[in-house]
Amino acid sequence: MTINEKQDELVDEFEFLIDWIDKYEYIITSAKELPIIDEKYKQDQYLIKGCQSRVWLYPETRDGKIFFTADSDAIISKGLVNLVVQVLSGYTPAEIVGADVYFIDRIGLKEHLSPTRSNGLLSMLKQIKLYAHAYNSLKA
Amino acid sequence: MEAITDRVETAFIYKGEPIRNQFPALHQSVYGKPLVYFDNAATTQKPNAVIEAITAYYSTINSNIHRGVHYLSQQATDAYEVTRNSVASFINAPHSHEVIFTKGTTDGINLIADTFGYTYLNPGDSVLISAMEHHSNIVPWQIICGKRGATLKVIPMDESGELLLDEFERLLDDRVKIVAVTMVSNSLGTVNPVSEIIKIAHENNIPVLVDAAQAVQHTKVDVQAMDCDFLVFSGHKMYGPTGIGILYGKEEWLNKLPPYQGGGDMIKSVTFEGTEYNDLPFKFEAGTPNIEAAITLNSAIDFINEIGLENIERYETELYQYALNQLLQVEGVRIIGTAAHRSGAISMVVQGAHPYDIGVLLDKMGVAVRTGHHCTQPVMDFFEIPGTLRISFAVYNTKQEIDVFITSLKRALTILI
Ligand SMILES: Cc1ncc(COP(=O)(O)O)c(C=O)c1O
Repeated sequence: MTINEKQDELVDEFEFLIDWIDKYEYIITSAKELPIIDEKYKQDQYLIKGCQSRVWLYPETRDGKIFFTADSDAIISKGLVNLVVQVLSGYTPAEIVGADVYFIDRIGLKEHLSPTRSNGLLSMLKQIKLYAHAYNSLKA
Repeated sequence: MEAITDRVETAFIYKGEPIRNQFPALHQSVYGKPLVYFDNAATTQKPNAVIEAITAYYSTINSNIHRGVHYLSQQATDAYEVTRNSVASFINAPHSHEVIFTKGTTDGINLIADTFGYTYLNPGDSVLISAMEHHSNIVPWQIICGKRGATLKVIPMDESGELLLDEFERLLDDRVKIVAVTMVSNSLGTVNPVSEIIKIAHENNIPVLVDAAQAVQHTKVDVQAMDCDFLVFSGHKMYGPTGIGILYGKEEWLNKLPPYQGGGDMIKSVTFEGTEYNDLPFKFEAGTPNIEAAITLNSAIDFINEIGLENIERYETELYQYALNQLLQVEGVRIIGTAAHRSGAISMVVQGAHPYDIGVLLDKMGVAVRTGHHCTQPVMDFFEIPGTLRISFAVYNTKQEIDVFITSLKRALTILI
């Protein structure tokens, strides 16, 4: 599946979740699927600082693709992080760099991307892109 | 005895109407749910009287103050000075020229930290604050202490969130030049014994600044009875507009301090060789102030005065108690801040649920709360928690809203835990 196919699949699933609370229940449930970062990487170096909840993100490459593991102390952040990781993990640096991450907006969670929101989602997306850029230039 | 909170819609009448009806912002839906606004410690909603006064100001007397010979300027200047007089009587200041308009609490503290610091702080001196101060009563002192080679010292608190007064007395050596404490904690709700603190400090000839940002809207503040040297608060937390605050200072102190900012209005005469500063209060009001906010703050004070701070305090105490009792019945809730005397805000954490998660879900149920450290990070560190969920009350809140909050909280917790 391409990044966009994954995004579209998520958008479809959220279509059925009309009530806000249902959307969040979905996000919270999905937090369980997040590939959890190894304890030894839960250090400042991999910490993405949101003001209220903390997110750790660790990138690894296998066969030229980047895979992410992560964690958060708040479950909603963890669920949101999981959605992003599910969408972007397992692709080449070039694919990640070029990805247009539109699903967050389309499923009605755009507010979480505002820089004034302190859950770290925006910083996390930036960080993922930075990692991908770094791997990309390493290869080049 | 019937509780006043039970007759809530009619408990207080202002200008012939139940007060809740006079706050348009309270009558809206968010995410399809009726709004329950419990973030009043951050800022209160505004009554029609204030909203209308803002429009009226711009529709009629808008002009610059203290400058024009023309009619509008005189009207605006008069209205501006009317608020100063109202504020003076609101806090029982002996003179209206002891009332300085600022941008807010933060601005007032910065003004005193800076001017007092430059005049009285020398290397080896110290400033004494408390363990529960808002960042705005920490950072300005840190900055000036850094510049003057002085030290910032902290009055500790106990597990309930009460200041340790014996420790306070122990810390009051002759290098302490000023004490700055909050009257009511915005994160713990603790009401501090400021009168006692001031008395003790004065016995040692040390002046005291009181942060009344969380006090003036809930209880009668009398600067003469308290005998504070400086007092600061914000208009926006007392039903008034944003961008205006008050610094009260005793005349003798304000006269001893240098100006904070230079500019128009704060001068008597200017030449390139030097400037003769204006008298109080203008010496501290450089430049065109927030005229609109200063003038319309008067409508907020009228609103409070009309209901009466004693009534407000009695009503809000009932609400506070009711909320505490209801919260005790929610499993897993731990109240942060259990001082004997509390007001305004209730902070809590719940075992197994991050405050941020609860806050996001409550928001989607229409309940506005605040989560995080509430600009009091040292308090969170003290309790070793990442933050709290805080509800805070205003005079327009009702028991029914507390019930909605409790039901929503329970629902959020079943989703999260
Ligand atoms: C106790 C206390 N002090 C100071 C402030 C700062 O007030 P302002 O942001 O209006 O300057 C606040 C408000 O958050 C407060 O609660």
